[in-house]
Amino acid sequence: MRDLKWESVLVALCVVVFAAAAVTTPGFAEAGNVAFLLLDHTAVALLALALLPVVLTGEIDLSVASTLGLCSALTGALWDGGVPFETILPVVLVAGAVLGAVNAVLVVGFGLPSLAVTIGTLGLYRGLAYVVLGDGAVTGFPENYRPLATDAVPGLFVPYSVLLLVVVGLVVALVVHATPVGRALYAIGLGERTARYSGIRVDRVKAALYVASGLLCAVAAIVYTLRYNSARADNGVGLELVAVTAVLLGGASIFGGRGTVLGVAAALLLTAGLRNALLLNDVTNEVQNVVNGTLLIVSVLVPAIAQRRRR
Amino acid sequence: MRREAGAAAALVLVVVATALVNPGFVGPQGLRDLFLNASVTALLAVGQAVLVITRNVDLSVGSVMGLTAFGSGQLFLADRGTPVVVVVLAGVALGVACGAVNGALVAAAGVPALVVTLGTLYVFRGVDHGWASATGVHQVNADRMAPGFLELGSGSVLGVPNLALIALVVLVVVGFVLRDLRSGRELYAIGSDPEAARLVGIPVGRRVFAAFAVSGGLAGLAGVLHASYFGTVNASVGTGRELAVVAAVVVGGVAIFGGSGTVLGAALGALLLTTVTGALPVLGVPAFWQRAVDGAALLLAISLDRAVRGRARGARA
Repeated sequence: MRDLKWESVLVALCVVVFAAAAVTTPGFAEAGNVAFLLLDHTAVALLALALLPVVLTGEIDLSVASTLGLCSALTGALWDGGVPFETILPVVLVAGAVLGAVNAVLVVGFGLPSLAVTIGTLGLYRGLAYVVLGDGAVTGFPENYRPLATDAVPGLFVPYSVLLLVVVGLVVALVVHATPVGRALYAIGLGERTARYSGIRVDRVKAALYVASGLLCAVAAIVYTLRYNSARADNGVGLELVAVTAVLLGGASIFGGRGTVLGVAAALLLTAGLRNALLLNDVTNEVQNVVNGTLLIVSVLVPAIAQRRRR
Repeated sequence: MRREAGAAAALVLVVVATALVNPGFVGPQGLRDLFLNASVTALLAVGQAVLVITRNVDLSVGSVMGLTAFGSGQLFLADRGTPVVVVVLAGVALGVACGAVNGALVAAAGVPALVVTLGTLYVFRGVDHGWASATGVHQVNADRMAPGFLELGSGSVLGVPNLALIALVVLVVVGFVLRDLRSGRELYAIGSDPEAARLVGIPVGRRVFAAFAVSGGLAGLAGVLHASYFGTVNASVGTGRELAVVAAVVVGGVAIFGGSGTVLGAALGALLLTTVTGALPVLGVPAFWQRAVDGAALLLAISLDRAVRGRARGARA
C-alpha cells in the first residue's frame, strides 16, 4: 500500500514535469521530440531493469555501465575486424553474460560484498574496454541494422528500440511480480537467512540475476552503439549513476525487499523528461549530472526521514 | 602487520622485476617521479582508510580533489600574490566542507555511504564544471600561479620531495591518532560492530562525521598539492581517481568490512599501485591497462582477504 502511494507521487510528478516542460519549452511536446527523449533513455532504462532485481535481493551491481562500455568496445573491435554483424550480435550477448557471471562467481561463489566487487569490475571492465579498442572510435555500422536503434515502427511514432524496452520491461515485471522466483527476490532482500531456511536457493537465484544483468547490459550496449553509430571505450561512462538513481527514486530500497518495476518505469520517465527539458534549455551535461546526483541523494534521504518520523 | 608486509613484499617484487628490465626505473629521476605521484594518492588513501575502518566509504574523493585543485587555480587568478599558506588552508577547508556534507547526509539518511557519496561524486564534480563555465576559466596554467606555490610541489628538502614529506607527516599524525588515541581506537570498534559500539557509549555519529571531514580535508590537501606539482589545473582533475584510492586501501590490507587495517598499509597500497602503473610502460604494457589493473587489484585483494579469513565474517556484511 505504501509502495503504491510512492508510485502515485512519481506518476503525478511525471505529469507535472511533462506539463511544465510542454508549456515552458518550445518543441518539447512534439511527437518527434517525445520519441527522441524516449530513445535517448533506452539504454539506461535497460541498465536500470538489469539492476532492479539485483537491488531487490539487497545486493548491487555498479558495473552495469562498464559492462555496456566493454560490450560496445567489443562490438566495435569485431566490426572493425570484418566480422559480420550477424555473428557479432550473439558473441556480444554471450560476452555480456560472461561478464555478469564473473560478478556472480565473486559475489556468490567467493561470498564477497557486491559493493566492493562491482566497484572493482566497474574499473576492470572499463579498463578492458580501452584495452580492446584503445581511445579511438569505430563507426559505419550496417545501414540495415542502424534503423532498429534510431527509427520508429512504420505507422507508429514509437521507435523499435523503445518497443524492445517495453517488451523487456514487461518480461522483468512478469518475473519479478508474478513468479515464485520474483517472490524469492523479495524474500531474500527482507531476510537472507530466513529465505535460505525456507528452501529458497539463494545462491542460485543471485548468480542467475548477475548473469541476466550482464546479458541485459550487452543488449543495452548494442542499442547504444547502433543508436549513436559509434563504438567507443568510454561509451556509457557514468550511466551507473542514472541507473541507480532510477531504481532508488522508483521506490526500491537499497537494503532490498522493496521496489516495483512500475516505480522504476515512472522514475525513468521522470528523469527522461527532466533530461530532455534541460537539454532543450541548453543545460550542459555537467549540470545534468548534478541533477541526477541530487535526485539520488534525495531519493535515499526522503524515505529515511519519513521512516524516522513514523517511529 | 602481516598484511602490510604482504603489500611491502609485492612492492619490492615489482620494483626488482621492473628494474631488471629497465634499470632507469630505479634511477634518481624514476624514483622521484614515483614518490611524487604516490604522495598524492597516499594522502587520499590515508583519508579513505580512516573511513573504511569505520565501515564507510567515500567515493567522492576524486571530485573533492578536483574541486580544490581548480579552486587553488581560481585563487591565483583572483590574485597572483595570494600567500601559499592561504591557498593550502582554503583548499583543506573546502575539502573539510565537502566531507562534512557527506558526513551529514550519511548520518541523516542512515543508508550506505556508498550511495550518498556516489551522488556527491557527481554533484561536486558538477559544481567544479559549473564554476569553470560561470567564470569562463577552463584551465589555469603555471604562469598564473605564485612561484612559491609551484616550489611547494616541485621542491625538496635534503633530497626528499616536499610532497613525500607532507604525505609522511600526515601518515604519522593520522597513524598516531588511530593507534594511540581513544577516539582513534573507537573508529575500529565502530567498524567491527556499529551497534555494539553505540551500546558501550561511543558517539558513533560524531566519530563517523569526523572521519568524513578528515577524508574530505585530506582530499582537499591532495588537490592543492596536485595543482602545485603539475602547475596546470582544469575542472577534470581527479576524475575516476576514487577507484585507485579504494583499491590502494584494500590492497594495503584495510578490511572493506571495517574494523581492521592501518594507514601505513593504505599508504603502502598507494605506493604499490602507483609503482605497478609506472612499471607498465617500462614493461611494454600499453597504458590502457592502468584502469583495468586498479580494478583487478581491488578484486584480487578482497578475494585474498576472504581466502585468508575464511568465509565466516562475510555472512554479516
